[in-house]
Amino acid sequence: MSKKHIIVDPITRIEGHLRVEAVIDEETNTIVDAFASSTMFRGIETILKGRDPRDAGMLAMRICGVCTGTHYQRSIEAVENAFNVTIPKNARIVRNLLQGALYLHDHTVHFYHLHALDWVDITSALKADPKLAAQEAFKWSDNPYMVGEGDLKTIQERVAKFVKQGRLGLFANAYWGNKHYKLSPEQNLIAVAHYLQALDIQRDASKMMAIFGGKMPHPQSIVVGGVTCVQDIQNQARIAQFKSLLNKHNNFIKRAYLADVLMAGTVYADEALDGTGGGLKNFMSFGDFKLDDTGFYGAKQLFPEGIVMNGDLSKLHPLDQSKITEDVTHAWYKGKTNLHPYEGVTDPEYTGLEKKEDGHAYLKTDEKYSWIKSPLYDDERMEVGPLARIVVGLAAKDENIVKYATKFLTKLGKTLGLGKPAPASVIFSTVGRTAARAIETELMADVMMDWVDELAANVASGDLSTWTEFDFDTVSKDAKGFGMAEAPRGGLGHWVVIKDGKIENYQAVVPSTWNAAPRDYKGRMGAYEAALIGTKVADPEQPLEILRTIHSFDPCIACAVHIVDTKGRKLSEFKVNTSCSI
Amino acid sequence: MTDRRDALMQLFSAKGSKVNTNRGQEYYDNLAKTMEARLNELEKTPAANKISIDGILENEGLSRRDFMKWASAACAMLMLPPTFTPMVAKAAELMNRVPVIWIELQDCAGNSEAILRSDAPTIDELILETISLEFNETLMAAAGHAAEEHLDEAMKTFKGKYLCVVEGSIPMAMDGYYGTIGASGETFKEHLLRVAKDSAAVVAVGTCATFGGVPAAAPNPTAAVGVQDIVKGKAIINIPACPANPANITGTILHYVLSGQVPELDHLNRPKFAFGYRIHDNCERRAHFDAGEFVEEWGDDGAKNNFCLYKMGCKGPMTFNNCSVVKYNSGTSWPVGAGHGCIGCSEPDFWDKYAQERPMADTRFKAPTGGVEKTVDEFGLGLLTAAGIGIGIHAAISAVAGKSEEQ
Repeated sequence: MSKKHIIVDPITRIEGHLRVEAVIDEETNTIVDAFASSTMFRGIETILKGRDPRDAGMLAMRICGVCTGTHYQRSIEAVENAFNVTIPKNARIVRNLLQGALYLHDHTVHFYHLHALDWVDITSALKADPKLAAQEAFKWSDNPYMVGEGDLKTIQERVAKFVKQGRLGLFANAYWGNKHYKLSPEQNLIAVAHYLQALDIQRDASKMMAIFGGKMPHPQSIVVGGVTCVQDIQNQARIAQFKSLLNKHNNFIKRAYLADVLMAGTVYADEALDGTGGGLKNFMSFGDFKLDDTGFYGAKQLFPEGIVMNGDLSKLHPLDQSKITEDVTHAWYKGKTNLHPYEGVTDPEYTGLEKKEDGHAYLKTDEKYSWIKSPLYDDERMEVGPLARIVVGLAAKDENIVKYATKFLTKLGKTLGLGKPAPASVIFSTVGRTAARAIETELMADVMMDWVDELAANVASGDLSTWTEFDFDTVSKDAKGFGMAEAPRGGLGHWVVIKDGKIENYQAVVPSTWNAAPRDYKGRMGAYEAALIGTKVADPEQPLEILRTIHSFDPCIACAVHIVDTKGRKLSEFKVNTSCSI
Repeated sequence: MTDRRDALMQLFSAKGSKVNTNRGQEYYDNLAKTMEARLNELEKTPAANKISIDGILENEGLSRRDFMKWASAACAMLMLPPTFTPMVAKAAELMNRVPVIWIELQDCAGNSEAILRSDAPTIDELILETISLEFNETLMAAAGHAAEEHLDEAMKTFKGKYLCVVEGSIPMAMDGYYGTIGASGETFKEHLLRVAKDSAAVVAVGTCATFGGVPAAAPNPTAAVGVQDIVKGKAIINIPACPANPANITGTILHYVLSGQVPELDHLNRPKFAFGYRIHDNCERRAHFDAGEFVEEWGDDGAKNNFCLYKMGCKGPMTFNNCSVVKYNSGTSWPVGAGHGCIGCSEPDFWDKYAQERPMADTRFKAPTGGVEKTVDEFGLGLLTAAGIGIGIHAAISAVAGKSEEQ
């Protein structure tokens, strides 16, 4: 059997720099091997060392500009955990609202602007009949979002004009016309309309975070001990503005986002049913969104924590953060460490790519091939993210998650004509991963409305407290703590060791570290790699299916790459340019 | 939108503003001539993308009047007299002729995300769509070889005409291998030099691309630098801040379309229309600073009453940017509005100088004036009495900038 080794670099429509290499069996056009590599390194954890722990959050947030604000919260929480500071109720709710707003914004942008073009062929939308498309929309929603015949006609004309110019800008040279684009022209037109409308919607969604965060990306209102936006929470106009934006977004989620995911899920159901892109099937959730004011890690949470192994929904395993380790066998760091984040030792050791005659540089996959380390939980590979949260929620029999997931599966069963809800097993697939994200977005938008009311009521009762006082000099002598919760892309943990008022050690193990990691010391694949195996590609020259599965994880690669050096060794030996500052 | 325009106009036409808003009739007459010539020239060049503003307005359900309102606000932001409004409007219509190639290096995609939220004037979104954005990794449909091919094609087609927008710093350590892109494994440095080479001008957006930013913070593990440290012989415009305010990015592009030149820059290559004055100059809490009313700890009575955040580490007095005027997310808020001090994110080395929750006097870092370990009150008093150390810094910087202008 002859094999073709392909490189996809850059993987676009993600955060960060990612390369995927795949080996395709040319007789069956099936992916038989795959490698994921991050090609960028910054060293943020090294930079954090020696700084005042109260300032760490601001810098740690810059790990990522897409899941912005979530690293900020985890970093601040890790310090609060180390100092044993419990924040006031107002601060807890504000933080939940900030992160909730991030989920809404991030998931919407992900589906439409980063992922949809893997399912939707823009050029096909030009062939659609707007009248039929307007009727089609009612198959997927009782009240479709702004896709009446007139709306669709206008949008189609606009796109047609654009295509005629010959300069397609951002839409140029994509895999249009590939036969694995399965939506009908009418369905494509509906999705293109929502793609354009979502550009507006996301701008408004970002205002939600700006109300309590000052700006987005990179909000600036969280401090160790609480939040600073006291004048925003006591201003009823601000609360009303937040609710209005939330309503608007919720409307879009229910009438456009969920409807489009249902449409894609139905058309691509064969892939969901045969489990294309299922991958590891080991899922982990750290749990998130504290619903009461119990101190550290005792509160009831919106997303339960836990582990599900081998897709077995009948068994939920408890989570124990001490079982997390990181392995560097195939990552560009020295040694073969497999240590807990508090103790991890890491030194960069870049071994490069291998230039071949075709002018391309290939990963040396037998050796080291990525800036991402391979994290393990209890010596197992894990997938994290929206799918993991839904899977863990189902295994935990969480009332909310069961309700929202069942609602979606029931609708899918109906559109597929099964006469019963679609089986839960369909979620173990690329399509399922995308659907899980939509399911939790709806849940989030609904519960956030209750949280805003809770905040308003608490302030109205006279509680204006936003910060818990602590004596920095006393608590920062010798402490360590962790902030673990769920970023939009999955389980995120920051670990900090503090000595004499300064950060002695810092480490973040982020969602894409779990998902995008290379092989581990036992040669076991990371989640991206495993999910690609067995995928059929229509045309190896157009690796559309690879993009589809990789994007279903919502990669956030700058987050995933990091370094920590507990021995305090400087990395100066890697400097070739002495002009760097300080 | 009208309020916003008026507020901007008021600000930029105010007497005694530190930015030179009135340069005399002769200056503006000459500028108008240059711009007219430029616009005529642009009109004659073949369009990269022929969608007209009228068509877009129609599709978006906006009126011509809305558009002119926007043009008038944009005019104020660029510090041009109101007579320039029709020309700004024309420039916006011609903007589709400027191809933009946006590359990402050691970044967090925060600036790409920021431009997605491009704020009021809301029509900025349309302009983003209407310029020919040929390459942007975060948003483009193509990937892998197809993306690389398209980049090459766009660079060839628009040789010497495209704006090269850069997001993220450049790692220089280990021969640049801390960052590679593409099938050939090109380093970020090679990638930047290749794309910048045939551009009309390079626009560095965000503090990483301008001054090295986060990766360059001490101890700078990858020896990261900004664009201006390695790209030579090109016009470079720096639009710092973390992330850059999208209004400043679109404002700069607009200025380029208008005049075919880079906007007037300060000594750090930042456009003066955005970075010509300090956060502190136009801060909504300024009256409390002058009255000596400070927030003393988070959530205290001062915080509940919007008092000045200087003692909580606000670096507004040291930071040149227009956040206090333009704000973020369609004017929704800004950090000081949300009760947190400014961290000086548009200044070089701010992570090592300014980004902490304590005033300069209480930090381990050296104050730029050389004053260390003074008490907060002494330092604050200095600012209050002498009209300030901060103002002194401003004066010194302005003097230097003035000299380079004369040359």
